[in-house]
Amino acid sequence: MARLSYLKALQRALADEMARDSSVCVLGEDIGVGVNNVTTGLLAKHGPLRVVDTPLSEQAFTSFATGAALAGQRPVIEFQIPSLLFLVFEQIANQAHKFSLMTGGQAKVPVTYFVPGSGSRSGWAGQHSDHPYGLFAHVGVKTVVPATPEDAYGLFLTAIRDDDPVVLFAPAGSLGVRGDVDLAALGPVPLGVGRVHREGTDVTVVAVGHLVQAALAVAEQLADQISVEVFDPRTLYPFDWDGLAASVAKTGRLVVIDDSNRMCGIAGEILATAAEQMRLTVPPKRVTRPDGAVLPFARELDLAVQPQQDQLLTAVQEVYKSSR
Amino acid sequence: MSVGEGLYRTMRLIRRFEERAIELVHAGEIIGGIHPYIGQEAIAAGVCAALRDDDVITSTHRGHGHVLAKGADPVRMLAELTGRSTGLNGGRGGSMHAADFGKGIYGANGIVGAGGAIATGAAWAAVKEGSDRVAVSFFGDGAVNQGVLLETFNLAALWRLPVLFVCENNGYATTLTVAQAVAGSITARAEAFGIPAVSVDGADAAAVLNAARDAVARGRAGGGPSFIEATAYRFDAHHTWEHKARVRYRADEEVAAGRSRDPLDIQGVRLDADTRAGIDADVEALLAEAVAFALDSPRPDPAGALDHLYATGLRGRDGVGLLDTAVR
Ligand SMILES: Cc1ncc(C[n+]2csc(CCOP(=O)(O)OP(=O)(O)O)c2C)c(N)n1
Ligand SMILES: [Mg+2]
Repeated sequence: MARLSYLKALQRALADEMARDSSVCVLGEDIGVGVNNVTTGLLAKHGPLRVVDTPLSEQAFTSFATGAALAGQRPVIEFQIPSLLFLVFEQIANQAHKFSLMTGGQAKVPVTYFVPGSGSRSGWAGQHSDHPYGLFAHVGVKTVVPATPEDAYGLFLTAIRDDDPVVLFAPAGSLGVRGDVDLAALGPVPLGVGRVHREGTDVTVVAVGHLVQAALAVAEQLADQISVEVFDPRTLYPFDWDGLAASVAKTGRLVVIDDSNRMCGIAGEILATAAEQMRLTVPPKRVTRPDGAVLPFARELDLAVQPQQDQLLTAVQEVYKSSR
Repeated sequence: MSVGEGLYRTMRLIRRFEERAIELVHAGEIIGGIHPYIGQEAIAAGVCAALRDDDVITSTHRGHGHVLAKGADPVRMLAELTGRSTGLNGGRGGSMHAADFGKGIYGANGIVGAGGAIATGAAWAAVKEGSDRVAVSFFGDGAVNQGVLLETFNLAALWRLPVLFVCENNGYATTLTVAQAVAGSITARAEAFGIPAVSVDGADAAAVLNAARDAVARGRAGGGPSFIEATAYRFDAHHTWEHKARVRYRADEEVAAGRSRDPLDIQGVRLDADTRAGIDADVEALLAEAVAFALDSPRPDPAGALDHLYATGLRGRDGVGLLDTAVR
């Protein structure tokens, strides 16, 4: 067993895939120097044809990657900030994502878009703190939000190997998470398969990304009163509905915690599907950012807008109580 | 105060403001860090000295210099950076979004290249209402490769709008050099659209002011957009996280050479020593007041975290299931 941080796991996954497959290349800003500590050492190892430091031309290099992918390459793009995905939404949602269908299956676009440090980084304010994974799930782009070092490794690997576009969010709140992992056992983690981090029988908590840690903490805090099952979907699209259904079949109660906006957010989709198709014994709840939230700068305002552990705890207690 | 003294005072204010702000970053009083403007002061000072209060600017992630030079109150600016309710934006914006619409400052901006089109729209609005206001967009060398900025050059030239594009070429976009990023030349991008473009020494505030005066006069007279490339050296880190992370991309000799042309000295030697010392002392006192005011100011009330989200006061739902009943 070795101690591995989430950030190091991302770094390792990319390095391993680049060593294994010469069609894998990485594009992005300041990736030669490696300011985000994911591409560290890759330029020296693989040279500038595989590690491409780009000018600040996100729209161009995102579709440039699409072109390279159509022509047989397997590009990975690092975005320094989550909101850059707004800038390239056309290039991903309207170009890369649509090629396969529109060409009658002639084309595939195996590009991975990843953001090391999504969500709030406290103090980076309105334009640097979004968590737009729900947008990609909405348009149907494969969307991955790993919560642990081994999942960061395994899902990054799978994303790169996948023949479709995949967006991978690495929440800022997860980068420092460490775990004891068996390095030899690290390997791909399939898309669309969730993970139960802690078994329980009273309430299912679905937690996305860094909030898995908050959910585990709440489960521990409540351990002698309420048996909480922590379900981490890992992939938001495709979503592991069967895995969730199996959990809800046991507990009958559901709370979702999701660090994105409430209106049309992924938490709403999870509650809706559970209400339609699963055996809920009491109304479910979600803990999210408010509707249409823009993260304000000051620390207390920024925190006030993000879902918090104590809010989850209360929501779990309420859902549990409402059954009796 | 003479024009030359004014230029020096603005630069000294920016320099010391940035140095004090860096101290506050290290002390944990400014969260998220800042992009220091140190070394580039002559550009903001020179350009803004050619502007009126009602002219408009848009700024960048490295925006403190522009905001101060355009006349925002340094005391309230520092309160903004420290996240206080007395700040220019009530603590909602911070370093990358500081704005003061009363002074025509349409804000720093966290997205590279985003301000150019905004300034151009503001310039168009001035024309439409018959005003001779101009708008200025500051941006870095990194921004000249953003599609939106090139699209904006076309609109500005096509519609002969009173907008001045100021490219601060400090040689780097974070770690990427201009040589690695820019095909052709920066001024040629503007010239391709028929926008008159000049390159000036961005360490010399008087040279920047001269170029800006020409451009602003052309804009006010209906002569359309202009472009200034001002070259300068960024003395400090791209962002204060570098103070800890120690990323290496500039040779020590290069940094030393860059710092040897200090815009404050270039302008400072044009003043007599007593005048300069007097300005320095004034600035020191002002910043002491600013720091004290900021640190004594109240922090915003979390209950108002999403105040101002909509101009109309629309309130969405809170984010917590328990408060579902609070739908308004
Ligand atoms: C569109 C966009 N891409 C990337 C970033 C991340 N980023 C912030 S500043 C910066 C470098 C900007 O360089 P330049 O425009 O030359 O300005 P300077 O930092 O040198 O003042 C980058 C890449 C961003 N904020 N916006
Ligand atoms: Mg630059």
